[in-house]
Amino acid sequence: MKLALPKGWIQGYTAAFLERAGFEYLDYSESSRSYRPKSKTFPDLFTKVLQEKDIAIQVASGNYDLAICGSDWTQELLAKYHSDAIVKVRDLGYGQRELYLSTSRFSGLHSVEDVKSVPGPVRIVSEYPNLAEAFALKLRLPNFRIFPLWGATDAYPPEHADLAIVSATSVEDIEEKGLIPIARILSGNACLIANRNSLEQKDMSSLMAPFYRTNPKVKEEEKELTISEIDSEDKFEFSLFPDDVVSLALADGHQQSHTIKFLKEAGLKVKGYRSPLPTRRPIPVFDGVSVKVVRPQDMPLQVANGNFDLAITGQDWLADQLDRFPLSPVEELVSLGFGRVRIVAVVHNDVPAESTSALKALMRSGEIPVLRIASEYTNIADKYARDNHLSPYKVIPSWGATEAFLPEDADVLIENTETGSTLRKNNLKIIETLFESTGCLIGNSNSLIDPAKKDRMERMIALFEKGLDQG
Amino acid sequence: MKIPRCKGASDLMPQDMLRFRRIEEVFRTSCLAWGYKEIRTPTLEYLHLFTSAGTLTPEMLSRVYTFLDWDGWSGERVVLRPDGTIPAARFYVENMLDVPVARLCYVENMFSFEGTGQKSRERWQCGAELIGGTEPKGDAELIMLALEILNKLSIGPVSVKLSHVGLFKTLLKEMGLDEEEQSQRLKEILSGDTSILSNIEGQSPGVKRFLNLLLDLQGTSSGFLENLKSVLPKKLKPVKHCIDDLSQIAELLDSIGQDYEIDLASGEGFEYYTGMIFQLYSMGKALGHGGRYDELIPLVGGNNVPASGFALFANRIDLVRIDEAKPGPVKILLTSRVGQEEGMKYSFEIAGVLRTEGYVVQIDLGKDSGTEYHWLVSFERKGKQILFSLTDATTGEDQPELSRKQLLEALKAGAK
Repeated sequence: MKLALPKGWIQGYTAAFLERAGFEYLDYSESSRSYRPKSKTFPDLFTKVLQEKDIAIQVASGNYDLAICGSDWTQELLAKYHSDAIVKVRDLGYGQRELYLSTSRFSGLHSVEDVKSVPGPVRIVSEYPNLAEAFALKLRLPNFRIFPLWGATDAYPPEHADLAIVSATSVEDIEEKGLIPIARILSGNACLIANRNSLEQKDMSSLMAPFYRTNPKVKEEEKELTISEIDSEDKFEFSLFPDDVVSLALADGHQQSHTIKFLKEAGLKVKGYRSPLPTRRPIPVFDGVSVKVVRPQDMPLQVANGNFDLAITGQDWLADQLDRFPLSPVEELVSLGFGRVRIVAVVHNDVPAESTSALKALMRSGEIPVLRIASEYTNIADKYARDNHLSPYKVIPSWGATEAFLPEDADVLIENTETGSTLRKNNLKIIETLFESTGCLIGNSNSLIDPAKKDRMERMIALFEKGLDQG
Repeated sequence: MKIPRCKGASDLMPQDMLRFRRIEEVFRTSCLAWGYKEIRTPTLEYLHLFTSAGTLTPEMLSRVYTFLDWDGWSGERVVLRPDGTIPAARFYVENMLDVPVARLCYVENMFSFEGTGQKSRERWQCGAELIGGTEPKGDAELIMLALEILNKLSIGPVSVKLSHVGLFKTLLKEMGLDEEEQSQRLKEILSGDTSILSNIEGQSPGVKRFLNLLLDLQGTSSGFLENLKSVLPKKLKPVKHCIDDLSQIAELLDSIGQDYEIDLASGEGFEYYTGMIFQLYSMGKALGHGGRYDELIPLVGGNNVPASGFALFANRIDLVRIDEAKPGPVKILLTSRVGQEEGMKYSFEIAGVLRTEGYVVQIDLGKDSGTEYHWLVSFERKGKQILFSLTDATTGEDQPELSRKQLLEALKAGAK
């Protein structure tokens, strides 16, 4: 029997629930890092800890019999892929989250009615692109564009998106992020979900019983996509956003410390760009530029569509964008040299292959009927498989902790590694280095020739190049 | 390794293709003879062509094949055409705005996801659209054209059922439902469940009685519609103009002498339908449907032009019979008995001559079994001459040493 448990913010609550349910996990707690915790009560149970966003896909594809996962992520999968492969077994009564349709307090869209009357395409950003699309269809928006994001959704409205669909625990939670909610579209708790075939074919009763014993009085909520309006009319303000400034995106997360160091050495001061981050809109101490802090994974696409003119991201994410959309107007302007990683193809140590061609030979011999490639870089992974004729293959998208996929849930990873130590620790080995990647300044190709922005763009690029020399 | 067919996709076998081409041919020649012009719209369209309210329901849209194009970084999505009428409407607006009455036809494939993988996710349709202010005569023309095509295909007795989407829309409004509920109920009606009408609560006994009549009875003349009007409850007065509308078409069909059935419960159709709709059946199987869509052209950017159309389901090929008794083309297997290079040269030349005479000629590549032919022709060199031998594949009877002229005469004389 195989059970998947979530990582992230819900991990602590889930651990507490499982404790009450008597699973006696040795190494699954709020801060535990093990990918394969063991239950004392169920010694034969195989448990894997995965990113919450990955869990529903894993259960639907039959890799896991049971899993705990927020109902928002289950709905996100089902909104696009009508599948009866997932069965919701039980609402677990904790980890409540709600999805809100939000705008900025400076937005002109104050209600759902306003949204419906937008003449041009409505730009919606979200970490839940499938639900965002289902919402747009339900609202009968005649023209809309969905921009999937890795995070920092709250940074986009109003200039770079009309609407953001974000998850939060309450209205106040949304407002703290500087957004104004105008409707609640989904609400739900953590749930026990099961693979339909497993439920039909395996006796899982002893494993499921504790879930029913714990929190027996849970009130089940309707989990359909509904549009409940929230009256926020009095919370809006008016503000103009100049459109001739050059907009620069800086990274949060992993890359932030590298970027801070580089900017400091280059003498480019950005007030409020520090860790922990006090605002997603820090103030640059140089003219004609506005700054936002977003996820580096999202930058190439956001630069391509003109939301940002410049961004500091990694060459890996730029490559991933260009592998999917080779004609998109985004290009590398300055290689910044920091945060150097290798993008590598990785297999488990037990796989008798030391190279991609050896892996291909293994496939030919029939040992791997369909190659499962897990990666955060889905487009690089796809290209790797295509270029090497590793057919048939499947790319399994992942939202982090990809090393946990091997060997059970994938055959190969396309990962980044600095020193290789995390890979070694997880009993994995590199079979090919695809390329090296460092931080880089990228820019929108159209902005570079736009007369209103050209000079300022060039000045910025020169400042970065100068900073590089000084660093 | 054997690579299976994609789930939900189907192959058409040679026999199926014969039937498919027959449908296509009958459809095309009929439409062209009625003055319709054939078009072909692209398989890929922008998704937002189909997302405006009044085109396809959110349920249908949640089953379309949509993805980001190569320039999808802009967020623009494209879709594998889920419907033929909406692209035809776009085509009209883009190319034919100055044409007062546009008659268009097409044979195209449509794509929509179907969960079980049992049914095909790709469907072929023969569609005809009549765009311009032509109601109700245009509606009658479309019905008659569709029937002519089905009759020529000798599928068997075809019945026409008439209904009216505008009538349902008006009914739902007059029954006091709010907008959200009206659109929800209409969706159910359009997916074929008209029974929900009788279950709407809070209606007076008079309204209920009328609905029962409306849904239970099947009229066979315009008189039926007159009867309905006479028992129309006061509350539902606005429904009258829809019944009148349907009456006009029924009267036209009466005058042509075309049988039909007014079955208001047969409400299946698309959200873009606004008025009369019709369904075509044979032996209980749906063969196609059509209807009036007066609001679609303005929705896709055109003027306020009324229109109607129909689609026949070309995947109903199982119902089309290919006449086995009708003699097919005479088939010849041509074998060379001279040296390879010279043999190929003559094979192509002689096969060309025989084909222009109307024979189906296959050149023997060394592995053809010879079982499916009427004649076996071989040739060899005798001095400077090429001589032919002709064998009747059924009897084995042989005519050796023929000249080219004699060969052609012998084939004609022994015509099969």
